[in-house]
Amino acid sequence: MSKRVTIDPITRIEGHLRVDVEVDGGTVRKAWASGQMWRGVENILIGRDPRDAWAITQRICGVCTTVHAMASVRAVENALQLEIPVNAQYIRNMIMLSHAVHDHIVHFYHLSALDWVDVVSALKADPGKASSLAQSLSTWEGNSKSEFTKVQDKLKGFVGTGQLGIFTNGYWGHPAMKLSPEVNLLAVVHYLQALEVQRHASKIVAILGSKSPHIQNVAVGGVANPLSLDSQSVLTLERLMAVKEWIDSLDDFVKNVYLVDVAAIGAFYADWTKYGRGITEYLSVPDIPLDGKGTEFALPGGYIENGKLESYKPIKTFNDKYFIDGVSEAVKHSWYDYKEGNDKSLHPYKGETRPNYTDFQDDGKYSWLKSPTFYGKPMQVGPLSRVLNMLAAGHEPTTKYATAELELVSSLAGAKVGLDAMHSTIGRHAARAIGCAVQCDELNRQWNLLVANMGKGDFKTFNAPAFPKGEQMGVGFHEAPRGVLSHWVVIDSGKIRNYQCVVPTTWNAAPRNEKDQPGAYEACLLGNPVAQPDKPLEVLRTVHSFDPCLACAVHVVDQRNNPVVTVTAV
Amino acid sequence: MRIVVLGLGNILLSDEGVGVRVVEALAAGWQAPDEVEFVDGGTCAMEMLEQLEDLDALIVVDCVRGNRAPATPVVLKGAEVPVFFRTKLSPHQAGLSDVLASLEFTGCAPQETVIIGIEPVSLALGMELSPAVAARLPELVALTLTELRARGVTIEERA
Repeated sequence: MSKRVTIDPITRIEGHLRVDVEVDGGTVRKAWASGQMWRGVENILIGRDPRDAWAITQRICGVCTTVHAMASVRAVENALQLEIPVNAQYIRNMIMLSHAVHDHIVHFYHLSALDWVDVVSALKADPGKASSLAQSLSTWEGNSKSEFTKVQDKLKGFVGTGQLGIFTNGYWGHPAMKLSPEVNLLAVVHYLQALEVQRHASKIVAILGSKSPHIQNVAVGGVANPLSLDSQSVLTLERLMAVKEWIDSLDDFVKNVYLVDVAAIGAFYADWTKYGRGITEYLSVPDIPLDGKGTEFALPGGYIENGKLESYKPIKTFNDKYFIDGVSEAVKHSWYDYKEGNDKSLHPYKGETRPNYTDFQDDGKYSWLKSPTFYGKPMQVGPLSRVLNMLAAGHEPTTKYATAELELVSSLAGAKVGLDAMHSTIGRHAARAIGCAVQCDELNRQWNLLVANMGKGDFKTFNAPAFPKGEQMGVGFHEAPRGVLSHWVVIDSGKIRNYQCVVPTTWNAAPRNEKDQPGAYEACLLGNPVAQPDKPLEVLRTVHSFDPCLACAVHVVDQRNNPVVTVTAV
Repeated sequence: MRIVVLGLGNILLSDEGVGVRVVEALAAGWQAPDEVEFVDGGTCAMEMLEQLEDLDALIVVDCVRGNRAPATPVVLKGAEVPVFFRTKLSPHQAGLSDVLASLEFTGCAPQETVIIGIEPVSLALGMELSPAVAARLPELVALTLTELRARGVTIEERA
């Protein structure tokens, strides 16, 4: 007899994402991903001034505030074909890259590592051995025996008081946990160090974005940061030097700790390269523009068909027709209706947001997310897609870090781990770390570009927009931490007439499309093992490997009167 | 001394955003002394870690769902605070409780946490507060000022 497992919420906040799986013989046979909250921001925007949209879209999500701000101003600038000063690109780029590095570090250590790391087991570790192991892998200064002993003592103190605090709700002792006590301790030590270092990324965003956690400095036409080499209350060289120090500290951590830990943990979970493959249609967009118009980018993006890197088709500019024409969204299995019928898939410029809630119907409508496709096909977006596309484009830093990471995993696992292993649950974590190292390099480069340009006496950061009469349409895309984000705006005589956001998690967590093809989560869960249906840790591992953005966290929250896992026989 | 007044909520969902609206009103109408920071936290979590470290007091303003009449203000202190985080009174408690648990583990948790809340009337899509909650906004501002003054803060209305 098969069992139906419902996990709701799958993340810690607001119960936005629900996943249902049918388990038979310890394996997932069927899966449904369902967004549980209506996002109606599009309707709020209609009739408003396009210059205000970024501040409003920034509120869609508590995790990805800045990314919506960026996509929104880009959409309006695209509609006006407005070029922005190159300084504004550099400042935006540094905000986006710092946000991405922050997001990746926090995702791995604080939101998903506990799927793989058994904190209670770390209590049994020999701190000397754990420290030696860490030192054999990296020169990181935080790997000393005294540091490991200190953290283990602290952990013992916490457990002794009967409180696990941040570590509550883990599946401790679950049969799918495979790390030795020493590796578990290593991960806990780095968890705490990551808490320390992630602050540096937040500080960069706060300094450049003028305010935190919601940035205030972007504007249609550039940024509102006055630049100067010396005067007060603007972005001065002194502040930029502080930013540089934080960039260097992030870089050190990502390259000497994060990349190494993912390889070490991945080597213990080599069997997880077999699960979570799912959709191998990979879409990403180019980002980190190097000119005011967005025709040249530091990080390439494009489309890869069926996992074959040689099929790579680049997306080249902010006006790329191949990208713009390829996106559409279906609602056959979503709680919306299209005027022309639900068998249609609509381009975002023509998108409609008209709710029709029906209850959860396995074969009918079951999600508040629409189902986006690229030329009719469901896509996987996110770090894996980004890294594969950059590899396919021959991007050198990506090739360097990916090669080194696979070599490290291979040596630790004692077996050759090739690029094909990346198409998997654990591979998505590796891709995120590789992409993060690339982002650190790029963050350094953008800092240098900004300082060099200021040195030439160019302090311009804003070109005022003008809204002509009549209609303009524009798209703003951004390769956000979780993947392709696009905002689509139709402006009519200076007011918003239509607005659609196609967000990364909509691509990945989409319900079945108009042709009944599953979305990326649903496809990736098929064949996933589930040892204990009432403790579906393995399902969480695969879903969390995407870093669901519908909320910000991992592990199922302790809602005493609110069971999060229900198991029913079907 | 360091005190943060943290407004939480999603301003796209009417009364859900009341905490943010209170902080906006405070920032616009009152001159915060150096030791007090008004933070518009929205629905953020880990991004706020830095700002919430080593506080003498954290004053959270949020919409609080309990069993009170709609638009009733409430102040939770002491033993009532853990209850706020354990039960699903506010949609943001999970995010904030993660942040506070992290601070606890690193030894940087606030000395004291106070919750100032109000029972929502409407959580519908929209950027305006419901009239009933909007009418109580000055009261929530006053409650927050009372908590600040009780901790020795001198705070002046902007000219």
